[in-house]
Order: sequence, then C-alpha cells, then structure tokens
Amino acid sequence: MLKTNLEHIQTREQLKRLIENNEKAIVCCGRMGSMCTPVYDIFEVLQEKYPDIQIRDMDFDIPAAQMIKGLPECQKFWGLPFTIYYRNGKVVKATSSIQTAKQIKSVIKDVFA
Amino acid sequence: MEKFDVIIIGAGPAGLTAAIYTSRAALSTLIIDEASAGGQVKTTHRVANYPGFVEPIAGHELAGNMRKQADKYGAEFKLAADINALHLTDREKWVELDDEDKYTAEFVIIATGSSPRLLNIPGEQEYKGIGVSYCATCDGEFYKDKDIFVVGGGNSAMEESLLLLQFVKSITVIHQFDELQAEKITADKVTTNPKVNILWSHEPRAFYKNGNRMVVEVENLKTNKRIRLERDGIFIFVGLVPNSTFLKNTPIQLTEHGYIVTNPQMETNIKGVYAAGDVLNKKHRQITTAVSEGTIAALEVIHSA
Repeated sequence: MLKTNLEHIQTREQLKRLIENNEKAIVCCGRMGSMCTPVYDIFEVLQEKYPDIQIRDMDFDIPAAQMIKGLPECQKFWGLPFTIYYRNGKVVKATSSIQTAKQIKSVIKDVFA
Repeated sequence: MEKFDVIIIGAGPAGLTAAIYTSRAALSTLIIDEASAGGQVKTTHRVANYPGFVEPIAGHELAGNMRKQADKYGAEFKLAADINALHLTDREKWVELDDEDKYTAEFVIIATGSSPRLLNIPGEQEYKGIGVSYCATCDGEFYKDKDIFVVGGGNSAMEESLLLLQFVKSITVIHQFDELQAEKITADKVTTNPKVNILWSHEPRAFYKNGNRMVVEVENLKTNKRIRLERDGIFIFVGLVPNSTFLKNTPIQLTEHGYIVTNPQMETNIKGVYAAGDVLNKKHRQITTAVSEGTIAALEVIHSA
C-alpha cells in the first residue's frame, strides 16, 4: 500500500470507474522510491489547485496496475512513476520517471485546457 | 500584494526549522517551495543520524513531522509554486509566483537546497525514464539481467551500483578520473565484482537511442578520442548542485559554483536577506547542519524585526 495522502486505486473496477465517470483524471502509478514520492507529494498539493481533476495514485505491484503497464504509451517506459492523464476516458498524455511541479502543471495546462 | 514579516524560500529542513522559530515568535511567515515540503529528507529512505531517534526514522516521516510542526505554529505555505520574479534590495522585498500572486516582507530567508547534478548533454532529458535514470531503488528492477552504464565515481554512484548489481547482468562505470572518489570500503565492493568494469578518464558527451538500447558517446579525457558504446540503460549519479539559478539576476553574492555566501549569522550581502541549508557555501551538508543554520537565520530575523 502506498503511504500517501492521495486516494488509492486498488482494483481494475476502481480505475475503470474513475476513467469513465470523470472528464479529467490523473493516475500516478509507482512505488515509494525517491523518484515517486516527490511526484505524489506534488499531486497532493495540486489536487487542491485543480478541484476539477480527479487525482489518484496506484501501487505499481498490484494486479490492477497491469491496466497501466499494458498501455501502448507505457511500453517503452523504464522509469517510475508512470503518470497517466485521461480525458473523457482516453489517455491524452503519459510520462515516465520523476516530474517537477512545473512540468506537471505544463502538462495539465496542455491536455486539460 | 499580501504582506508577511518573513518569506522563506525553500521548505526543506532549513526552511521548515526557520519557519518553526519565526512562527513561534509570532512573525507572520510564508514558506514557498517549487515542490512539496521536506526537501531531500523526504526522499531519503531511512535517517539514522538525526539526534533523538534511537531507531532510524523514515525520511518521509521526519520531513512530514517538520512540516506539521511549522503548520502547528501558523506558518503558511505556497507549494508547487514557481518564482516568476524576485526583488530583494529594498527594505520591502517581494516575490511574484507563477499564479501571479505577489508577496512582500522585510525579511527573506533563502533555503532552496540542492538538486542532483545533470550532465546537460544531448539526450539526457529526452530519454529520462526511457533509458536514463537517476534512482537505482526505483528503476533497477527494469534492468534485470541487462547491461547498464553508471556515470559517476562518488559515494552515491558506488552505493547505487551495489544495489543495481542485485539486478543487472553487467555495469560499465564511466568516470572522469583515474580513481574513484567514493569511500574505499564501498568502492572496493563494486570494483571487485566480476560484473563491473570501469572506463576511467572518460566523460559522456551525448546519449542516443538504438531501438530499445541506449548509446553513449564518450570522450577519453586524455586523448580526446570519442567512441560510442551501447547498453540497455544509463544511471547517472554525479553529485548535487545548489538551487540558486533563480538568484542569478539579483545582487546576492554567490560563489563560482552557485552557493550563497553568508556571514556566521547567515546574512547575505543584502540587508534583511539570509540563507540556510545546502544552498550555502560551506563544507558539510547534513540535516543537522541545515536545521542549525535555519535556526540561526530565524533568530537573526526575530531579533531584527
């Protein structure tokens, strides 16, 4: 279990419901290493700044994470976390490895405008 | 423009300690950080040398406690915030953030710490996460039974290499000198491992992709000859740099390497501007020294306010 203050996605059904029922969603899938925890922390801050975006985290090692790992966008990813941006049920952006707050805000501005 | 008694830039141990002191002294305190609160401590797996903790404490937990303590005494936070503009020379200093909010204060404490040094070569940013990594704990598993490069020869490079050796088929260390700078005991564990070979006196000049593999163009620093080598991934551990580029257009005195120069009271060359923590020009960089400097800076502000 990830030790963050974000809501956790733990099952395939939860991920499906998140994507289907929300226009804008972000899922940050990783572990508790030094590249992942800063990203979770940034998202904890940003979820207050962007109340219209549903932000979740997901443990990289649970079976449901295969829904993220199996995405075409993630096939060449070799760095945690995998951060997926969904809009209207579709992947609009996917990033690998640590991201700064500036980079994340830039993606949000770009794909969720 | 919202006014505070003191603005602290950087929410690592130095900044959070300063905030605890200034808040408890009833000075209105704003802490700004481009990321979340905690600094490098929050990504440190276990902290075993912080006084008062007989058993090691998780870095994330220690950083979280420092944040909560600053919160408790009334410090306000602006996190995940970038600085657009900064004015430090007048009595009333001000900071403008990327959301265009402006904040002013008579006193500023700069505690922005340091970050992993980048090589700043072509391909480094483009291939981050898809062949270039900075964390063995996070990404080592992706390279199970594969061949990798490790760039660096200090303690971090050797400690991370020891972890990577649990996963990989081979490590080629690329190091700019003829000997490692790491502690001998750690260096020996790496260099005597049959999976490791070392490219001495070489530096990477560019990274390329060849299918799923990474190609590194390296230069021999003695002959200036360049060659290209191919492996499955690259891990970079080449030290830290101070987070002070945002001060380049201010009159703050910096060393040639970008560290802030202060007097023993943590005051910079600008009246009312102080600095603390890893961004300082100093010899030792530890959580305890950062906390100490944050305390001194805060006490100076409190006595001057």
